[in-house]
This record gives sequence, C-alpha cells and structure tokens, in this order.
Amino acid sequence: MTVAETDGAIQLISPSVLQGHKDNKPYFATVLGFSLPGAEVGVLAERLIAGAVHDALVCALERCRILPPSKIYIDGLRSMGGHFMSEKTEITRRRVIKSGAAAAAAAGATPYFFSRAFADGHGYRNAPKGDTVTFGFNVPQTGAYADEGADELRAYELAVEHINAGGGGMLDTFSSKVLKGGVNGKKVAFVTGDTQTKSDAARASAKRMIENDGAIMITGGSSSGVAIAVQGLCQEAGVIFMAGLTHSNDTTGKDKRANGFRHFFNTEMTGSALAPVLESNFGKDRTAYHLTADYTWGWSQEGSIKKYTENLGWKTAAAVRTPLGAGDFSSFITPVLDSGADVLVLNHYGKDMVNSLTQAVQFGLRGKQVNGKDFAIVVPLYSRLMAQGAGENVKGIYGSTNWHWSLSDEGSKAFVKSFGTKYGFPPSQAAHTTYCQAILYADACQRAGTFMPSEVGKALEGFKFDGLGNGPTEYRAEDHQCFKDVLVVKGKENPSSKFDVLEVVEVTPRAQVEYKADLLGGELGPYNNG
Amino acid sequence: MDAIFLQILNGLDKGGAYALIALGLTLVFGTLGVVNFAHGALFMLGAFCAVTLNRLLNVSYEQVSETEKDFLGNPLKEQVPYLQGWLGEDMGSFLLDYSVPLSIIMAIVVMGIVGVVMERGLIRHFYKRPHADQILVTFGLAIVIGELIRHYYGANPIPQSAPSAVSGAANVGAWVGLGNNVIYPWWRLVYFAFSAVVIFGVFAFLQFTTFGMVVRAGMQDRETVGLLGINIQQKFTIVFALAAIVAGVAGAMYTPILPPDYNMGMDFLVLSFVVVVVGGMGSLGGAVLAGFLLGILQSFASMSVVQNALPGIAQIIVYLVAVIVLLTLPRGLMGRKGVMED
Repeated sequence: MTVAETDGAIQLISPSVLQGHKDNKPYFATVLGFSLPGAEVGVLAERLIAGAVHDALVCALERCRILPPSKIYIDGLRSMGGHFMSEKTEITRRRVIKSGAAAAAAAGATPYFFSRAFADGHGYRNAPKGDTVTFGFNVPQTGAYADEGADELRAYELAVEHINAGGGGMLDTFSSKVLKGGVNGKKVAFVTGDTQTKSDAARASAKRMIENDGAIMITGGSSSGVAIAVQGLCQEAGVIFMAGLTHSNDTTGKDKRANGFRHFFNTEMTGSALAPVLESNFGKDRTAYHLTADYTWGWSQEGSIKKYTENLGWKTAAAVRTPLGAGDFSSFITPVLDSGADVLVLNHYGKDMVNSLTQAVQFGLRGKQVNGKDFAIVVPLYSRLMAQGAGENVKGIYGSTNWHWSLSDEGSKAFVKSFGTKYGFPPSQAAHTTYCQAILYADACQRAGTFMPSEVGKALEGFKFDGLGNGPTEYRAEDHQCFKDVLVVKGKENPSSKFDVLEVVEVTPRAQVEYKADLLGGELGPYNNG
Repeated sequence: MDAIFLQILNGLDKGGAYALIALGLTLVFGTLGVVNFAHGALFMLGAFCAVTLNRLLNVSYEQVSETEKDFLGNPLKEQVPYLQGWLGEDMGSFLLDYSVPLSIIMAIVVMGIVGVVMERGLIRHFYKRPHADQILVTFGLAIVIGELIRHYYGANPIPQSAPSAVSGAANVGAWVGLGNNVIYPWWRLVYFAFSAVVIFGVFAFLQFTTFGMVVRAGMQDRETVGLLGINIQQKFTIVFALAAIVAGVAGAMYTPILPPDYNMGMDFLVLSFVVVVVGGMGSLGGAVLAGFLLGILQSFASMSVVQNALPGIAQIIVYLVAVIVLLTLPRGLMGRKGVMED
C-alpha cells in the first residue's frame, strides 16, 4: 500500500516487509523494492515505528544514494492504523475496498503486492542479476493431485537440464531453434513450492518464491482452482504465470489475465471432441448422471459435457456435486443404480477419479444393463497416472487427454526417451504440458531478448510452433490459450505393460475444437511488469 | 425402494467403522475416565499395519526378463517378491492377495503393544488431572503419531486392495427379492459383518467372562472393587489395549474402502466424538447405536433428491442431529446419569 512515486531513477528489486508497533498495534507493510540493502530496511522500519514515515523513506533512500522520489504516498499505511496486510494478518474487506484495491479483491485475489509500472520501461520485477535466472516451480507435492505434482517436478528438472544444455528431449524437435544453452546468456536455476492442491497454500508458496527467491516466473499446478488463484497473484506481482495442468474453461476464460498462459486444453475442447465419439459409440438416446468435483474445474467440465451431450439429444438425469477429496463415494454412487440413467459421467480427477471409478466398478456399474443398453461410464478428463491407479477398472472407458506417451510423432518419441531414460517410466500428460510450458517460456524470453513480462508475453502471443508432441500449435493472442489437436482415448482392453493402459481412439483436429475468443468471457487486461 | 435399501447398506458400512471407533472411545472413558483424543490416530495406525504388512510381503528382487521389453525397448526388469521365491508362486501370490485380512493378526499384536505402552507410559500420569489436560495431551499425541506416519509413509493415500475373491459386487437384490438392480460390493459386506462380529465379541467379553464382570464392576465403583483385593488398574490397562486393538483392526480392514493417509484418524475422530456424545457418554450400547444411526443418516443425506432439496446437507447432517439430540436429550440417546456431570 505504500507507494513511492518515482521519476524513473529508482530500480525496483524486491519487496521488503516492514513491520513494527505503534500504540501497541502491529504494522505490516509490503513496501515494493527500493534497492535497499538489508540493514537499511531495518532503519526504515524503526523510523516507521516512530511514525515519521515520509522522513524515514527519504532518509533511507538518501543513504542508499538514491534520489528520493518527488512524491511519496503513504496514506495507505497511515490510514490502516492497527490493521495491516501480510500473509497471515486478517484483511478487513472494507479497508481493501477503501484503498482502491476493490478490483483485486473482487477477482478473488488478496492484494499481496502493491506496485506500479515503471516510467522508463526498463525495470521489471526480479530482473535477474548475475549469471542465473530463477524459475519458480509451484506443484502439488501433497494432497489429492500429488502424483501429478511429482511428475510435473520431474518434467521441470528435465526441461531445465535441456534448456541449459541447449538440446535434448523435445528441445531437439521443437520448431523454434533459438535456445542454444541457457536463456539470454544466463543459466536457468529453479526453486520449488508445494501447492498442497489448495489455493491459499499455492498462493503462499508462489509469493515466497517471488519475494524471497527472486523467481522471474511461476509455473505448474494441477488444479484449476489453484491455477486461477496463482494466476491472479502473478498478475499482481508482475511475473509471468505459465499454467500447468489446468482444464477449467475459466483459466483462459472468465478469469484470464495478461500475465497468464495455458498450454493445456480445456473442458470446452473436451466437450466438442468427445461428443462425436460418444454419439458413435452410445447413440443419441441416452440419460447421463453426473458426479462432479465441487470446484471451478468440476463445474466447468460438467457444463461443457452437458452442453455437448444435450446437443446430441442426451438427457441429464442429475448432476451431483461431491466434495473434493471425499474418498468414499459410495453414498453418491448408489443413487445412480436406480436413477434410470444409463451413462455415468465422472467429472473427477486424480485420486478422486481413481476412488470414484473404482467404487463405481465395485458397485457393478460397468457391465450393467439399463433401459436395454449397456451401462457406460465416461471420464471426460483422463490421465495415464489415474488410469494406472484405477487399474483394471478403466477398461473400455472413454475420455480425453492432452497428450499420451504412446504417440508416435518425433517430439513425443524424443520426450518419452529422455524422460524414460532418466526416471524409468514414461511421462504423464501433466509432465508433458509442464515441460512444454518451461520450454515455451524460455524460448519466448530468448526471442524477446529480455525477461520483462510484457515483452515475453508479446513473444508468446500468436506464436505458432510444432514438434512438442501435439502437432502444429498456436498460442492464441486473444486469450493466451494454446490451440491444437485433442486426443480422445479409451481404457485399453488388453494392456501390454503396466503403462500401456490407454489407447488413442481419435485425434480430433484443431479446427473442430476451436471456438471464438469471446465465447468464454473475461478480459486479459494490461501486462504487469511488477 | 432400491435406493433406500442401498443407502441403508452404505450407512451400516460407514456406521460399522464409526461404531468400532466409538466403542473403544467409550470403553476407555468408562473405565479410565480419560477422554482419549488419540483414538482416531489408533484407527489410522491400524490402517497402516495393513500398509506395512503389504510392503513387507512385497519386498522384491529384480529379475531381467529375457522375452519382454519395457516401453523404451530395453529388456524388462521384473520385480519378483522374495515371498514368491521362497514359498512358490502360488502360495506367495495367495499371501499377497490376502494381505489385508492377514494384517488383522499384525494389527492385534502391534496395537496391543501400542495400547499398553501408551497407557503405562503416558496416559496413567493424567488420571488425576482435569479432563482439559487429558484432552490436550492425547490430542498432542495424535498429532505426533500422525506426523511420524507422514514422515515415514508420505502424505499421500496408499490404496490397498481387497482379496480378489471378494473384490467384485454381490447381487444383494436377488437375495432379498428386490431384483437385479441392487448390487453391493463384497468387501463392504465383509466389513459390515466383521464390525458386527467385533462389536458382538467385545460385548460378550464384557458380559460373559469374569474379567468382563470385574471391568464392569470397576466402571460402576472403582474403589469398592479395589477394596475386594482386585488389581483394577491392571485390568484397566488391558481394557485400554483392547480398545486400541478394536480401533486398529477396524482401521486395517477399512483400507480397501478408503486408502489410508496420515490424516485419516483426525477425519474419523471428530465424527466418533459426535457419535459418543449422541449415544451418551459412557454407554457402550449407545455408542454402537449412534454409530450406525449417524452412518445411515449421512448416507441418506448424500442422495441426490435430498441434496437438491437441501444443498450441502451431507456435510452437516451429523452435527445437526447432534445439536437436536443434545437439546432434547442432554445425556444422549442412552446416557446414564452422573457421567461427566460432576
């Protein structure tokens, strides 16, 4: 909230947290990076305690031999009195709105970072000093999606190896050839955080990586709830967010942000790719029962599948929301048995999907006859990891996926080979999309010749590439969403190994899954460089 | 009708687990007068007995296959459990298949030891202290146990499978004349039967053995039993171990239904306390009755008809019922006068 109006002479480096007491009430303030050595921040804080805010800032800046800003707005700090913002302090809504941060609050994002664009256009948050640049990998290491998270981290480590070596894996087949070892002359280092598959934990770990570790960008995650929360945070902080596995429409729809980019596909594409396959296998006269994970991705998935199947003439018997991580789905599954539905759509992912599918099969839903037809189970978003977890139960069950290791294009083969040699098993779709995101980001920085978010973003917008396993792909400028072919898959009846659990039934061409940029709403807004 | 029948089955299943935990909780409270917040952790420890046994049985050596190739085209490295090398492939895979039921034996031994150590080592120092102190120390212990498990087994749930003979679904409808639409997983029926047997066993033990008679007498009047020359303290230590064993085997057998993680105990603990309070503090019959009752209510609340009428009811129904019961029957369904009322 403390904003120093600068005339371009001050370079922002990293934010510092000020804290102290006045009238026995604690102050917490995030003051955006003046280039103050650690000791000076201490001085600054002391002066603040004494209440001489303006003088302290000027004094501290002078001691750093920095021209003091012409104006210093400190009303935020002053008016906040006893309450101030930090990660752990309670935020009073009224104050946030009063301080003009209402927009950020409305977007569901607690304003952690207070900053303004640079007048001279040269500075940006966490501009790398020295010969390394730090990427922030924010993945679920615990929680319902921890398996995906572990695979993402493996992929990132591999991507960093390849970027620093200037080759290897899919970097060799990637159509852009500008990466020759490192990015913009710097080697890539990385820090990691645990999202715990929870939005608040994910934001805290992203914030830590940006503030304390100087991460130039944040990437990763395996939940749309987390992706949207972290994307909002990165927009405010002024770093690029390269989304990991996130499938909700909202990530690049209603909640899209200029600083956020998504390589993964979304539920709209799943719906349009899956519908024709469902029609040819199950016909037009079907009644579906949805079990839906109760958060943004589940709702989005349920909506898209409903829309496309109802267009086919299917009916929807019921759509029941289940809490994320419910574990035991039996009481949600038994009502399906006599609902008259002949299709069960499981809008679940990760461990939830493993549990709900296993339990649905235990309850005899597969192989059951309803309305004179074979009962069908559909898992709109499939991943090989989940299929493996659910074992035998996935046989013959349809779904869609972003990528699968059995694809035979050169990029996929190269990726499977390098990943498999390093780790001993093939990569998952989560590993694939995060590897691509790391490579795409590094490539865009190299082409832009800088790490400045606005320039990197412009290099990604409208970028057409190939050789990353999905065929020709484009980062659409209007919504920062990648458009490419979508795979419709089915649980394999006779797997030849424990990894060979899915077979690709159809590669739905990009043209069929593409939609108008304004279909899903939302505004990108301007780039924020911190 | 089918749906109602199935939800009753679901409820009995969940209720079985609640009842087993609540039974131990009530037993410990009735005998030792201790409110044991670490009881959920004992349930979780039991579940991890099943995980541990499965891992022990699965200790493997690597064998390079001559014919099969892995996904990169290199010769496949197969993991062969030592068990199969020693006992032959059939016997080895039979033991692996039945690792969950077998883990009951392990759980009885491990949980018996844990129970005695916990009571002698920690709980007994708190008999004369206020309930608040007991709650604090046992809750702290629950956190310590949970974190230890997290350290050694990781934070992710570890799925266990039921023996293949009972991994499918049973055509329950045909048995009771409801048609082929009513099917229910075998393992859940096994679990229900198992919990009924254990509950019956505990009651029979307390009702028909001399040991049980002494324990019941001790629950009524500790001092008089002591005056008769009986070492009631020793008996109560055994009761604590028994409660730990009941929670442990309940946890071990629950693993094919819900993959265990370190936090599993906490999830069950809160519900079990509600069960104990609704059933009536100190009443064993009340704990069992309330366990099944709340399990069934929870199942009905998650039916789509109910969910549509009252969204979110599935998550709060148990607490709602607890509030209503306590307002109308402050001692719970079968609570006795004078328990925790001093």
